[in-house]
Amino acid sequence: MSAGIDLDNVCCDFGKFRAVDHVNVNIQPGEFFSFLGPSGCGKTTILRMISGFTEPTEGVIRIGGKDVRGQRPNQRPTALIFQNLALFPLMPIWENIAFGLEVRGVDKAKRRARAEELLALVDLHDSADKMVSQLSGGQKQRVAIARALAVEPAVMLLDEPLSALDLKLRQHMRAELRAIQKRTGVTFIYITHDQGEALAMSDRVGVMSQGRLQQVANPRDIYNNPVNGFVASFVGENNIFTGDVQNAADGMASFASPTGTLRARLPGAAGKLYVRPEHMVLQSTPGAENSVAVTLTEVAFEGNFISVHGVTEAGKTMVAELRNDGSAAIPSAGAKMHMAFDARNAAILPDSATAGA
Amino acid sequence: MNDLLRRYGKGLTWTFISLTFFWLIILVILPDFKLLESSFRPYLPVNEIGGPKDVYSLNNYMQIFGNQVDFNFFGLHFPLAARIKVFVLTIFYSGVVTLITFVLAYPLSFYLAKVVSPKSLPTLFLLLFVPLWVSEVLRSFAWYIILTLKGPLNVFLMTIGVISEEIRWIDGYSPVVVTLVYAYVLFMLFPLYNAMQSLDSNQIEAADDLGAPWWRTHWRVILPHCKPGIASGAVMVFMLSAGSLLVPAIINSTTGNWFTQTIQGIMLEGQDWNAGAAFAFMLLLFCTIAVSVAMRVFRVSLSDIAK
Repeated sequence: MSAGIDLDNVCCDFGKFRAVDHVNVNIQPGEFFSFLGPSGCGKTTILRMISGFTEPTEGVIRIGGKDVRGQRPNQRPTALIFQNLALFPLMPIWENIAFGLEVRGVDKAKRRARAEELLALVDLHDSADKMVSQLSGGQKQRVAIARALAVEPAVMLLDEPLSALDLKLRQHMRAELRAIQKRTGVTFIYITHDQGEALAMSDRVGVMSQGRLQQVANPRDIYNNPVNGFVASFVGENNIFTGDVQNAADGMASFASPTGTLRARLPGAAGKLYVRPEHMVLQSTPGAENSVAVTLTEVAFEGNFISVHGVTEAGKTMVAELRNDGSAAIPSAGAKMHMAFDARNAAILPDSATAGA
Repeated sequence: MNDLLRRYGKGLTWTFISLTFFWLIILVILPDFKLLESSFRPYLPVNEIGGPKDVYSLNNYMQIFGNQVDFNFFGLHFPLAARIKVFVLTIFYSGVVTLITFVLAYPLSFYLAKVVSPKSLPTLFLLLFVPLWVSEVLRSFAWYIILTLKGPLNVFLMTIGVISEEIRWIDGYSPVVVTLVYAYVLFMLFPLYNAMQSLDSNQIEAADDLGAPWWRTHWRVILPHCKPGIASGAVMVFMLSAGSLLVPAIINSTTGNWFTQTIQGIMLEGQDWNAGAAFAFMLLLFCTIAVSVAMRVFRVSLSDIAK
């Protein structure tokens, strides 16, 4: 069984500080939903409100359509995986996993059997009688997942559970988490500041900043069609130009910047112009539109791509990422070239959603 | 060692070390050995010391078996040597003191470690410490005053109408137990607080999140984590209580003799240091055995306690 979650105008204040500010989102049953944002943006507070450790100051939280305000964490159909996992070090692995069942009065033989089943589900056979300290980081991770799954929660809440792992293991666990979610069909709500994690695993991502939900969309739209400057620059890299919008028509506009007049999409309000480094191309001759003369300052060979930094005559640094597909010679630092981009790949976006917006 | 030498130089380091050894060997170990040795020798007039009668024996230790009395232990009657009776009751009531200090200190340390905001901690600790500034003699006398027949406790209880005539509180072992609990509860509180504080609060929340009611979280997560702290507090309170002379000497009733008072009687009033030493070593031995058994039962090791 999995349940959806509705956050309806949810606010949370700590003294005078508003940690979560009018958040509205409907998370579907069985969805893998990530809250993505920098530390202090309020994402952990949202998680704690859903699990019941913190009560919202305003607004309603519904789990499976039922208002859960006033319910204790031990009454809610949620299971939280803590950032530091919070496994019980004095219990063997199987008792850790079966703790939720022990609480529910399931007899010992059944608990043991269920723990073994869950250990198999997370690919951790033969570890039932080990102690927590005997496991590696990735294995502890799986035990934490199994312990949370044991209580058959309608919603799993994960608070940056991969942040303590090394890179390789983290990437492996991403796939693993996603697979477990698909296998169990439980709604997963995932908290992270790592855009790679959020984009790779989630059905939808909610990007947060300063307590406010900036954008909720699937990973592709978050990356390709950010609604504002915060989302654009928090998720992925950007070349950012300041300037004024001129001649807006049909969703396109000219943009007068110190670097010259550029053209870009204008999906909403005016602001700054954003172009991703991978949408930049390097040319030896100036193009017809959106072409900026630069002197290359740094060429970094990264393997699958080449990162090229250039500086304009006005002193602005621009970054292009070129695919290492052998189609062009790798330029060298000091060369005078032109960086250009397609107007459809650039967007003029407002800074971010502000209070009351 | 090298670290000390580097930091303080040769002169100071050796001064430290020799002072420590002086204290340990000359002031602690040697006198104890002298007492241990004399506990096996008879109590003789001065001119016979070293004479033919001065031979090692267990006679001093055997004195504990003399003078049979009727022992009524919670309704169970059987004959027992008077001193063994006092000895057993001392150990038993020291255990009671330990248990009561634990029952008092556990919720308080949980409150201090996990509930109260860190800002008010210094104030609360100060409030806990202030009574320690007053000497134990005064604190014991204070309890004597409180518990006495026409004392404030009886007056208070009669005023609010709970009792209609005074209760003789200073009777049996209860005044000693009450005062010892008061005197030593902090020795339980601080190790327990330290243990409680080192517990990751997320574990409490995790248990809560998995559906555990509060008592099960305490039983399965918090209490096991605190076991070393409880053990170290319990050993401290138990040993201090069993070895306390001052508190029973001040507040004891005639029906509640403490074993240390027996030792004191033999040593100072009977002037028989040899038998007194024998009794003191029996107390030490049995307390150590009691503690070791308790540690075995609760599965804690000595190194846990030393933490």
